[in-house]
Amino acid sequence: MADLPQRQTDIGPPHYMQFLPPVAQKNYGQWKYHEQLSGGSMVHVAESGDKLWTVRAASPRLISTDFIRGLTALADKYCGGHLRFTTRHNVEFLVSDESNLKPLMDELKQKNYMVGGIGDGISNIVHTQGWVHCHSAATDASGLVKVLMDEFADYFTGTKTLPARVRFAVACCTNMCGAVHCSDIAVVGIHRKPPTIVHEDVKRACEVPSTIGSCPTGAISPDPANKSVKIKEEKCMYCGNCYSVCPAMPISDPDNDGVAIVAGGKIGSLRSNPKFSKLVIPYLPNNTPKWPEVVAAFRTILTAYENGARKHERLGEWIDRVGWEKFFSLTGLPFTHQHIDDFTIARETYRTSAAFKW
Amino acid sequence: MSQKKYETPLLDELEKGPFPSFVTEIKTAAAKNDSANDLLGVLEQCYRERRTHWKHGGIVGVRGYGGGVIGRYSDVPNEYPGVAHFHTVRINQTSGFFYTSKALNDICDIWDKYGSGLTNLHGSTGDLVLLGTKTDALEAIFAETSSRGWDLGGSGSAMRTPSCCVGPGRCEWSMIDTLDITYALTQEFQDELHRPAFPYKFKIKTAGCGVDCIASVARADLSLIGTWKGDIQIDQAEVKNYAAKGMNIQGEIIDMCPTGCMSLNGGEIAIDNSNCSRCMHCIAKMTKALRPGKEHGATIMVGSKAPFVIGALLSHVIVPFMPLEPPYDNLKDLIRKMWEWWDEHGKNRERIGELIVRRGMREFLEFLELDPIPQMVFEPRRDPFYFWTEDELNK
Repeated sequence: MADLPQRQTDIGPPHYMQFLPPVAQKNYGQWKYHEQLSGGSMVHVAESGDKLWTVRAASPRLISTDFIRGLTALADKYCGGHLRFTTRHNVEFLVSDESNLKPLMDELKQKNYMVGGIGDGISNIVHTQGWVHCHSAATDASGLVKVLMDEFADYFTGTKTLPARVRFAVACCTNMCGAVHCSDIAVVGIHRKPPTIVHEDVKRACEVPSTIGSCPTGAISPDPANKSVKIKEEKCMYCGNCYSVCPAMPISDPDNDGVAIVAGGKIGSLRSNPKFSKLVIPYLPNNTPKWPEVVAAFRTILTAYENGARKHERLGEWIDRVGWEKFFSLTGLPFTHQHIDDFTIARETYRTSAAFKW
Repeated sequence: MSQKKYETPLLDELEKGPFPSFVTEIKTAAAKNDSANDLLGVLEQCYRERRTHWKHGGIVGVRGYGGGVIGRYSDVPNEYPGVAHFHTVRINQTSGFFYTSKALNDICDIWDKYGSGLTNLHGSTGDLVLLGTKTDALEAIFAETSSRGWDLGGSGSAMRTPSCCVGPGRCEWSMIDTLDITYALTQEFQDELHRPAFPYKFKIKTAGCGVDCIASVARADLSLIGTWKGDIQIDQAEVKNYAAKGMNIQGEIIDMCPTGCMSLNGGEIAIDNSNCSRCMHCIAKMTKALRPGKEHGATIMVGSKAPFVIGALLSHVIVPFMPLEPPYDNLKDLIRKMWEWWDEHGKNRERIGELIVRRGMREFLEFLELDPIPQMVFEPRRDPFYFWTEDELNK
């Protein structure tokens, strides 16, 4: 490795301006309006009258260098080498010359890229590492994203639209690296049994006070005889936070792990405040490789929303309007003990009114 | 290169269908790289057994840094030696995720030489993630990337790589320079980014407006959200154009305004701006007719996070309106003070939002020298149990 270049530290990322297409540099902060042209294209118009076209295409996020080189070759051919990624992992080709727009879209189609993700439909799915790269994953993320996006592809491309945008997310455990907690419909990997304790390894690899401190319900206490910890199993709600702190408390259990489905969250402040997603299905199995129960559940929820919501109404706004009791009757999803909160905000969620729907 | 050929009947199912396949991506990389090939093998085993085969991260990294590399080891290294180490390198992405082909191609060349050839564009926090390399390649990767102008992102109990929406680079609603703020904060706090010294992680996300395309309000310990003062700008001719093109302005815009501050009279929109909560609905639906007011700044919010430990939190308002102009000293000072309080009182693995819940808003606001105002809460307290200081009693 003698021929390595000189390393630099604390230089931070390269300055953003050099990556913007010239038209975006020229009109920086001077944009006037934008218009959606199709399910996967839009144009931004500057005060100066200059225009910048964007063509958006799906990416699985977990991509090879060859995939990236495929994108950059297209950007070189049609975009003067300028491209960007969205916060939902799509790629955006930034077209400054309108005559390149159609040829780019034609070539994307010919090469089987999935163009879309703009407007009132389903964009790409924010997700986590899953079994590809994470030690605490209770399910896979990439596989769930793949089967869900295949199922709802028409809502990505713009072939079909919805009353408003519907944002999906997948988190492979309750650590929720993927911000599942504020999505229209989301999947989160869960466990259903307490961790096991490998006392020999606790002694060697874990700090007992921080392991005890990691438990939200106070279920973990010292076990001095074993120089380890013990768990009051009836207090454990299987979050797995102790395993994050102490590797000697494995919680993975293929026969009991699976996913929960949550719905009704949103991020933006449009019309109503940002809201959390709420539990709609407490458990579905990890039926690999295609999770058919999860896909069917998403279809059930989406269909009820599509049939019931007003234009511009997000899924959570529709539910707030009709009521959660109505949501469960419209979707036919069973309501169980697991649905009623018994954690930190439980009392706030109890219905303190006699006015409700049958 | 002689490679073990894995049968992957379960993963092969995930190469069918219209959405681009991550399995195809792994196979593409596997054709050139033993680690990617062994990833394919171990992932098939995960799908077969319905469980993960990764162990906790170990401490690995580059000289002088305490983060930026996530150690990852397989729990079946003998079967899949190519992923015995399979570390992640987080490269600090560009503001707004803008790239040139050349910049990305350079990174691909480096990654093909030293890593698995697999990436995430991008990780959940925003980094350009290089997925899967061995410990002895880390210094070389850092020399190759940093000499070309790239630095590592954050990990562990540190400031995490700040990220932002597309901002003024391509959006008419961006009321703050999200790209520049993100760049400036990242540069200002390099030490806090690379050398973990906090109680826990600290994420900063900057959104140009309340649409919040970067999910700042839900995913950042510090959420900066662009907003305005003054009247919404109305182009009545464009209002009429929307009506002419079939938009039901009464139903889609006026009736959906959450504060009821809009009306439609003779085809023209009127807005009682003093009652507007700046939610962005009307502006987002009538991009050509309505634009934010002209005085721009940010609402500063703190504390959002995922459910561990006390349940998920959204960020809450601490400064309703802060003008943000370079060099952003007002913002940097506020951040430093927040960190000072959190450093002083935060327990190990306690996020700042949890600390505010534990010690109370009063202490936090007093430390930051911020006066309480109604914009900070949805409603005042219901209970009659509150504290008085000696000073307040003697007033």
